[in-house]
This record gives sequence, C-alpha cells and structure tokens, in this order.
Amino acid sequence: MHYLTDRKRAVGLGSAKSGTMHHWHMMVSSVALVGLVPLFVFTFGAALGGTYEQTVAYYQRPFPAIIAALTLLVGFIHFKNGVMALIEDYVHGFARKALIIAMICTSYTAAAAGVFAVVKIAL
Amino acid sequence: MADVNRDNRPLSPHLTIYRWQITSVTSIFTRITGNALLIGALLIVWWFVAAATGPEAYARANGFLTSWFGDLVMFGSVAALWYHTLAGIRHLIWDSGHMLGVEQGEKLGLAAIAGAVVLTILTVILL
Repeated sequence: MHYLTDRKRAVGLGSAKSGTMHHWHMMVSSVALVGLVPLFVFTFGAALGGTYEQTVAYYQRPFPAIIAALTLLVGFIHFKNGVMALIEDYVHGFARKALIIAMICTSYTAAAAGVFAVVKIAL
Repeated sequence: MADVNRDNRPLSPHLTIYRWQITSVTSIFTRITGNALLIGALLIVWWFVAAATGPEAYARANGFLTSWFGDLVMFGSVAALWYHTLAGIRHLIWDSGHMLGVEQGEKLGLAAIAGAVVLTILTVILL
C-alpha cells in the first residue's frame, strides 16, 4: 500500500482558478428555465396532437412561438453544461473528451434545428 | 506526479455501504432526470422540424408522439421536467445561502418529490 494521497499531491498548487463561470451559466439558465418551462409545457401541450393546420396556425402566434424558441435554445444550452458535468464525473481519458464534444455538437444542432423550425412555422 | 499510485490506495467507504438519505437520493435523481430529458427534447425538436417541413412529415412525428409509446415518453418527460425544475429551484435557494441545514435539506427534497407528483397529475388532467 502507498499512502500518498491526491490531496497531498494537490497541496500548494492553489485553486483550479476556473469553474465559477460554468456554475454561473448554470444558475442563469436555471432561473430562465424556471419561468420558461411551465409556459412551454402548457403551450406545447396544447398544440401536441393537433392537426397540421391547427399546429401551424398555433405557432404562427408570437407568444407560443417565442416561448418554444427560447425554451429549446436555453434548454439545450443548459443541457450542454449539465451533461458536461455528468461526463466529467464518470468518463475518463479520450472517451471523456470525445463524449463532451459529441454532446456539445448535439446540443447546438438540436437547438438550431428547433429554433429554425419554430421560426419557419411562425413566418 | 498526478497519476502515481492511483489504483493501489485504500478507499474510503463508498455508495454501497451508506444508508440511503433523502438528500443524496434527490440529488442523484436530479442528475438522472436532467440528462434523461434529452430523449423527450430531441423528440420535440423532431416534431417542430416535421411541422416546418410539411403535412406528411408532421403526421409521422405527431402520430409517433401521440402513440401509446410517445405518450409514455411524454408522460415520463413531463414528470422528469417538473421534478428537475423543482430540484433546480432547490439548488438556487442553496446557492443564495439559505436552507443549508440537514433537516431543511430533507424537507426541500421531500417538497420537490411531492411537488413534482402534484404538478405531473395536474398536467395530465389539464392537457
């Protein structure tokens, strides 16, 4: 057994000097989503299951369209930051980097596709 | 230096040995629900893209999302969303420096679970 601990090796190196921005971004997007989520659940829930004509007409109205675009955009940015913390905790080495990059790309692609679709329906 | 002796050191007791606590269970559940929401979110993006594409694409996506399987995913997603939202509000309260005691943390955890159940039932009734 060797008793040299991670802590022992870290002493004297100072703080990580990064990470507060990640936490701040999570806080800001959380606050935004506390407002957006209930509005999205009840607007999207009202539209889901409607006919094509009903759905297009519904999302041509400004309020549901803006709520949907904002929720998808902020939601996927919040997901991108959240899933990064998950991956950093459980995945190591090359797979960690590959997964983080894949999830960032997935998040931005989904956000862009969602916002584009809402804008196209609305205009 | 950083990776010396990583696998050859005594470990402190881990998850399997501790009694389950409401605080840790609700914390783990926050993470699970938040990340699982990717599935429902991608389905909803598909639904919007389909609606922007045309009637046939929309009929396919809308048909899938309102099938028994789609209903199941949407029900799970809305329950996960309410829970994650309430658990997130709990984190915002903690971040502001309030309710950090153990008993208060346990109360907040139970409130998040109960609130999520109530909001999920309410959503199912209203929609």
